[in-house]
Amino acid sequence: MHPFKYGKTVDLKEAINQLGSQPKANLIAGGTTLVDLLRLNVVTANHLIDINQLPIANIEIFEAKSSPEIGARIGALARNTDVAMHKQIIKNYPLISQAILSGASPQLRNMATVGGNVMQRTRCAYFRDTAVPCNKREPGSGCPAIGGLNRSHAILGTSESCIAVHASDMCVALVALDAQVLLSGPQGERKVALVDFYLLPGNHPEKENLLKPGEIIVQVELPHSPFAKHSHYLKVRDRESFSFALVSAACALEIKNGKIVDARIALGGVATKPWRALDAEKLLLGQSPSEGLFAKAGEVSILGAKPQKSNAFKVELTKRTVKRALLAAVGE
Amino acid sequence: MTYKISRRRFGQLAIATSALAALYEYNFAKSNIQALAKQSPAWQGGNIPKLTKVNVNFQVNGTKQAVEVDSRMSLLDCLREKLKLTGSKKGCDHGQCGACTVMVNGRRINSCLTFACMHEGDEITTIEGLAKDGNLHPMQEAFIAHDGFQCGYCTPGQIMSAVALLSETCGKQDSDVAECMSGNICRCAAYPNIVAAIQEVRKGKVNASL
Repeated sequence: MHPFKYGKTVDLKEAINQLGSQPKANLIAGGTTLVDLLRLNVVTANHLIDINQLPIANIEIFEAKSSPEIGARIGALARNTDVAMHKQIIKNYPLISQAILSGASPQLRNMATVGGNVMQRTRCAYFRDTAVPCNKREPGSGCPAIGGLNRSHAILGTSESCIAVHASDMCVALVALDAQVLLSGPQGERKVALVDFYLLPGNHPEKENLLKPGEIIVQVELPHSPFAKHSHYLKVRDRESFSFALVSAACALEIKNGKIVDARIALGGVATKPWRALDAEKLLLGQSPSEGLFAKAGEVSILGAKPQKSNAFKVELTKRTVKRALLAAVGE
Repeated sequence: MTYKISRRRFGQLAIATSALAALYEYNFAKSNIQALAKQSPAWQGGNIPKLTKVNVNFQVNGTKQAVEVDSRMSLLDCLREKLKLTGSKKGCDHGQCGACTVMVNGRRINSCLTFACMHEGDEITTIEGLAKDGNLHPMQEAFIAHDGFQCGYCTPGQIMSAVALLSETCGKQDSDVAECMSGNICRCAAYPNIVAAIQEVRKGKVNASL
């Protein structure tokens, strides 16, 4: 690991200043991804800014009466375990709790923060191996995953430069529920929909999000959710626990008088960023829940997929995962 | 003709040899860092940093410790190399196996994925801190009673996770325990016995707490 200067701060402005004024500075919170990548020399830093002491770890829940727009605010430094086990998150946003608990291990969830989960790198085995080229690690060097071992890679949102998957479970649930991230930087604060926070790889897979120099994720904001009754996070993987998704689906329905009035379908394990299947959602609106309808939503959710040699199975697996998650969401 | 070296001469030779070895090692380490630095885009432009030392104070198993660490030193390496608490094991060094599991402020974490310098003021418990007054922790007793290991390398991590699990939310079934223990890999596959040991402690046959 390359030598770095270590410092910590209890002041958000100072963290922003330090981060923005040095080209190779990195924030560190839980460290679960960063320490791993530093140790592999995949990421190098000359200054680590420890932000664990910043006062942005609160989880706040709001009533619709007093706060019509915002249902919950989750501080960027809230630990994944604390979010997943929070009683009102479980009650109002069970999808988020389920998604978090399906990811990583208890130890990692105790360390990892919400902001860090959002910031985890879109990555693959080639990205982690400095002995081989990788457009994300070294722009322009090539992508050995295309035409190589790509069983676990993406089929949606890919480019000629990169087919790595965004591995988060939590973020799949968050985009399904229209989460926004509050960013704070040298130019002040701004709010961005999480689904737009992530960039598709295109010709620049090294740039994964629209953070500007010095910007920090301060919190995640959620609108009130009408989906608590009918939602389900389904993760399909090679082993039953502590494994990345081959396919995951965060499905949520609002049902009134037997008809679906609002629907959310987000996919993980198959795309270069947490993926909203908007066409599949539209197809459900105004309909009565049925197995046939959910199967159709599954078909539509994966339209436009570009499978590689070894991951074509994900197309069929996604269809079935979406169907099963929707069935589970209505209790079948 | 025999070649005799006096006791004093032998001592002088030994000192000279170790001094040479130390010098060689220092130069090797220095050139190694310089070679690494040349490859690294972080340090291009000849700006090779000095190793950054950080002073950190924390409690380990109830004892105050003040250590000076390289900023890159993991908490695991600090425990093992600086404090000579070698119970916590280095398996993968990437948070995938759980052999390094310790408790920090009452929560289990992977000590390989965190830097020692980040733990100012923290209370750390390692496997060495479980036994009290010469008596093993009930979870340790249960692992022995149920033969919850084979080679034993993952065992300190398994036991630290198992003790942490007692104060976490975890369902009653064996499958729930397996899920809650999924961050600890055992390549001898002693899993059934590990689950049995944990279940015995959870069922309250023995009084177990930290």
